[in-house]
Amino acid sequence: MNSILLMTLKRLGLGIITLFIVSLIIFSAVEILPGDLAQEILGQSATPETVAAFRQELGLNQPPVTRYIAWLGSMVQGDFGHSLANGRPISELITARFSNTLFLAAYAALIAVPLALTLGVLAALYRNSWFDRIANISTLSSISFPEFFIAYILILFFSVNNSLFPSLANISVEMSLSEQLYRTMLPAITLTLVVVAHMMRMTRASIINVLASPYVEMARMKGMSPARVIVFHALPNALAPIINVIALNLAYLVVGVVVVEVVFVYPGLGQLLVDSVSKRDITVVQAASLIFAGTFILLNLIADILSILSNPRLLNPR
Amino acid sequence: MFSLLSSLRQAPISAQFGVLIILLYLIAMIFAPVLAPYGETDILGDAFEPWSSTYLLGTDSLGRDMLSRIIYGARNTVGIALATTLLAFVVGGLLGIVAAVLGGFVDQILSRLVDVLMAIPALIFALLILTIVGTSTSSLILVIATLDSTRVFRLARSVAQTVVVMDYVEAARYRGEGLWWIIRYEILPNVSSPLIAEFGLRFCFVFLFISALSFLGLGTQPPLADWGSMVRDNATLITFGDITPLIPASAIALLTIAINFVVDWKLHNASGLKDE
Repeated sequence: MNSILLMTLKRLGLGIITLFIVSLIIFSAVEILPGDLAQEILGQSATPETVAAFRQELGLNQPPVTRYIAWLGSMVQGDFGHSLANGRPISELITARFSNTLFLAAYAALIAVPLALTLGVLAALYRNSWFDRIANISTLSSISFPEFFIAYILILFFSVNNSLFPSLANISVEMSLSEQLYRTMLPAITLTLVVVAHMMRMTRASIINVLASPYVEMARMKGMSPARVIVFHALPNALAPIINVIALNLAYLVVGVVVVEVVFVYPGLGQLLVDSVSKRDITVVQAASLIFAGTFILLNLIADILSILSNPRLLNPR
Repeated sequence: MFSLLSSLRQAPISAQFGVLIILLYLIAMIFAPVLAPYGETDILGDAFEPWSSTYLLGTDSLGRDMLSRIIYGARNTVGIALATTLLAFVVGGLLGIVAAVLGGFVDQILSRLVDVLMAIPALIFALLILTIVGTSTSSLILVIATLDSTRVFRLARSVAQTVVVMDYVEAARYRGEGLWWIIRYEILPNVSSPLIAEFGLRFCFVFLFISALSFLGLGTQPPLADWGSMVRDNATLITFGDITPLIPASAIALLTIAINFVVDWKLHNASGLKDE
């Protein structure tokens, strides 16, 4: 038990160090900007006085190290500063949008993970059958599709040709959960199609890997049904890579929503990030990048810890 | 040449299909000015004209011929992705091999740097950098090649590490050969085949990635024809049940599928697996 706790703490420490370095990169990315940030934002027509006043307001006349510490300090306390484009506090912009993004990612994950596991187990069970071949070809294809292609095909079929689902996923807090789920159906399906292939292939591959081991042969020889062999004997030992790939895909979901959010005009963090990039609203981009990167690192961390827990051999590396 | 053709004849049908599609794309890239009925950026008619005999696939949001832009798009979209992947392989592959050969301090520095870069999701990092350096074709290629070279670095380093411990490399070192000689004549020939197989997969990834950026309006800049931004510019047509904007998107999908089929076949061959 102690070793598990120690391992978790070690990983957590590593994660925090990574996050710290990432924050340093995100902060210093702005420092390498050629020219002056204030001048860049105000444009060439700004008078030297306004530029000086703006520099004062942004705190640009302090040395970078001081500003970095102040920036990181207020980030940790949940104060993300103000948007350069409209002066609104960033935390106000971000809070609702981030929970929307998490909602969509969780929604897609709830569909994708059980679906991928079932399909993967079935493909391993009936491998080299027509089912396996079709699954193989269709997953290979779905990896090859750009997300916006899948999204627009879904829009064409489900909202233009037969108006089953809305093509705009504009949800708000006042809506009931079922209304929200209904409106975000198409983005969730798009994301599901994007991530299911990878998870399903990994499930199939890691189960087939275990099928050659003697204990599976033993289970078979004592007359167990193939489905039982796979679910009770092969699956538990194939779990480590599967958990890993699921967590990686969840991390991908949180980030991959960016394109999908833009297609469906979903009020999430990704949409805000893309808007801010085209407006060159650097403070918002920094804050959003940090949140995305933090979530990504956290999910990777969880993947690491879970896959070690599911395979005790990894706890004692030789 | 002949052996290539005969091995292709024995390939599964999906791989043959893939090779055919890739050839078609190459033809479209090379002969774009001949194949396209109109110029890349010529404004010809009204916006969003329907399919007709003059404009086979109609016109886009500015009245430019869709078909011509799709054909020219092959040059820009595929060309930029190819340049990016090549750059990523030269930088990442070389640094990975150097890290494996030198080991120690250099290896530690490079590997930790790559670890940090890979800890940030690629799309987010690309968006952050593009905010700062602005979106131009050259900065797009540089930024994405840098991000992608981290993946190539990992592969090249791990493959090269298995070669570095070989006796012939040690012999070359005792002979007093220089770093570049060892890389060029001892390591490179032995690591090239896994790197080439990886090239197809990385190209698909880069290609989709750049298309996504262009779709977000942050990749290839107008007036260059590009499949990702063509989808974005004409997306409104979909709400009227017009499938024209899906054509550039399917052009992206088709090429990626074709490459995946070929890579799948090559990997299957290389792994020496026999079908059960």
